[in-house]
Amino acid sequence: MSKEEKKVNRRDFLFTASYTVGAVGVGAVIWPMIDQMNPDKAQKALATTEVDISSIEPGKSITVLWRGKPIFIKKRTSEEIAEARAVKLDDLPDPQKDEDRVKEGKDEWLVMLGVCTHLGCVPLKDKGDFNGWFCPCHGSHYDVSGRIRKGPAPTNMEIPKFEFVDSNTIKIG
Amino acid sequence: MSEHEYTPKSKAGKWFNDRLPLLTLGAHLTDYPTPKNLNYWWTFGGILTFCLITQIVTGIVLAMHYVAHADLAFASVEHIMRDVNYGWLIRYIHSNGASMFFLAVYIHIFRSLFYGSYKSPREVIWIIGLMIYLLMMAAAFMGYVLPWGQMSFWGATVITNLFSAIPLVGDSITTWLWGAYSVDNPTLNRFFSLHYLIPFLILGLVVLHIWALHVPGNNNPVGIDIKKPSKDTVPFHPYITIKDAFALLVFMIIFAGFVFFTPNVLGHSDNYIPANPLVTPAHIVPEWYLLPFYAILRSVPDKLGGVILMFSAIFILFVLPWLDTSKVRSAVFRPIYRQFFWILVIDVLMLGYVGAMPAEGVYLVLARVGTVYYFLHFIVVMPVVGYLEKTDPIPMSISEPVLTGGAEPSIARKVNDKV
Repeated sequence: MSKEEKKVNRRDFLFTASYTVGAVGVGAVIWPMIDQMNPDKAQKALATTEVDISSIEPGKSITVLWRGKPIFIKKRTSEEIAEARAVKLDDLPDPQKDEDRVKEGKDEWLVMLGVCTHLGCVPLKDKGDFNGWFCPCHGSHYDVSGRIRKGPAPTNMEIPKFEFVDSNTIKIG
Repeated sequence: MSEHEYTPKSKAGKWFNDRLPLLTLGAHLTDYPTPKNLNYWWTFGGILTFCLITQIVTGIVLAMHYVAHADLAFASVEHIMRDVNYGWLIRYIHSNGASMFFLAVYIHIFRSLFYGSYKSPREVIWIIGLMIYLLMMAAAFMGYVLPWGQMSFWGATVITNLFSAIPLVGDSITTWLWGAYSVDNPTLNRFFSLHYLIPFLILGLVVLHIWALHVPGNNNPVGIDIKKPSKDTVPFHPYITIKDAFALLVFMIIFAGFVFFTPNVLGHSDNYIPANPLVTPAHIVPEWYLLPFYAILRSVPDKLGGVILMFSAIFILFVLPWLDTSKVRSAVFRPIYRQFFWILVIDVLMLGYVGAMPAEGVYLVLARVGTVYYFLHFIVVMPVVGYLEKTDPIPMSISEPVLTGGAEPSIARKVNDKV
């Protein structure tokens, strides 16, 4: 009896084969149950949105909804652009040049996801210590380029994928 | 399971019991020997069972009128409040019932902490209880989202965003939880589904909780092991049932006071504004029963660190039976631990208070001090005090202090002799 236990016999093979096939089968059933919770086709269909920006005055901004989230579109004044570009990168918790956050030649247009990178609240405009945005939930301060300056948020406000369809229209997504 | 043989008197009862011993189970629950010195802190198990049943019954009824859709949810809740017969009553019982549930569970947990009910041989009861507590928090959070008001929406946003702090996969997990690119209709739909499921999971765990309790039997205020059945025990029915019933009645009076006189005092007025994804309310606060954890989250100036610390504050309780090194269960005989216990109570209350305040200035300082002490209590105080403390002599039996009017050191067992 003890001799036989040491050998790999037909029964061991059958056990291993059964468990393996069973595990593959369970996995094949579990994955659809998990993946069904990911965004569906209807959600993905809302992936782009076109916005008319002709009526925005310099220094003003509008908020539009894209994929259920607010997008801030701000036409910055030349002073505001200069202010954003005067900041030393060493002073930024998440160093990024203002030039890298806008489209070249369209430097006055800041288009960004209006969602605090801490826990997802919508920051308030023209508030905070840095002339930009301030998140009331947990006190994150963003500058005029939407970069995090102070508070618990780890990164700058996100720049979504967008392009200028013509000089008065942008397409987000 | 039962220490006694039970035979039904009637022939039909015997016939049935031989095939499914439900009557034996009933007899076990009726005669279950219970320590005779249980005080009113021990009545919260029954009160919690009442709370769970209340939430399930009122919840099933509300689901008959509620519509889980982002465009209709808010209006359907108002419809329940204005049009449905007694809808206002049922909803107020359900929403205040959640608060009463947590009130009772916190008393139940601190009872356990004071009398050492989590210690050997009751670790599994304690861990099952914590699992129930976790599910309660999940159910309460998702239930709060369902009316789709401003606090619902932004509470859901903040809490689901906690998962985005996880490195690498955080954003994918958050999107998966949402079923969209923000908190949206798919989120509401699944939260409703899970909110309906969780109470039944809790019910299953409650059965295990009581089953695990009936193996070693109840702890008691003196905290000593007792022989059962003996002169130290009484049958569960009628002695404990009548005591539980009285406590439950007092509890129900307080419950009814909230429902009928101040049904919204524990809620937040912003939740009577329909959800608006473009505007965040100025002060986002969770429901009161989550405030201490919220204070811990906000006390850390780092996103991931705050999230880790908040979850640790709950999960550290799971290893509590092994952090406590004292051989004496009840704090009645632990003069040093007893003081730290009350400091912890004050600490948690203070964290709850600062969690409701803005995270700045003195509140932030208090939150940080409170957070540090919370962890010190479990990681340092419990092991060290348990080891160094000179405990008071504990009695030989429950009857002894009752019959002699106090513990006699001369005849008392000295558990910590060697320390």
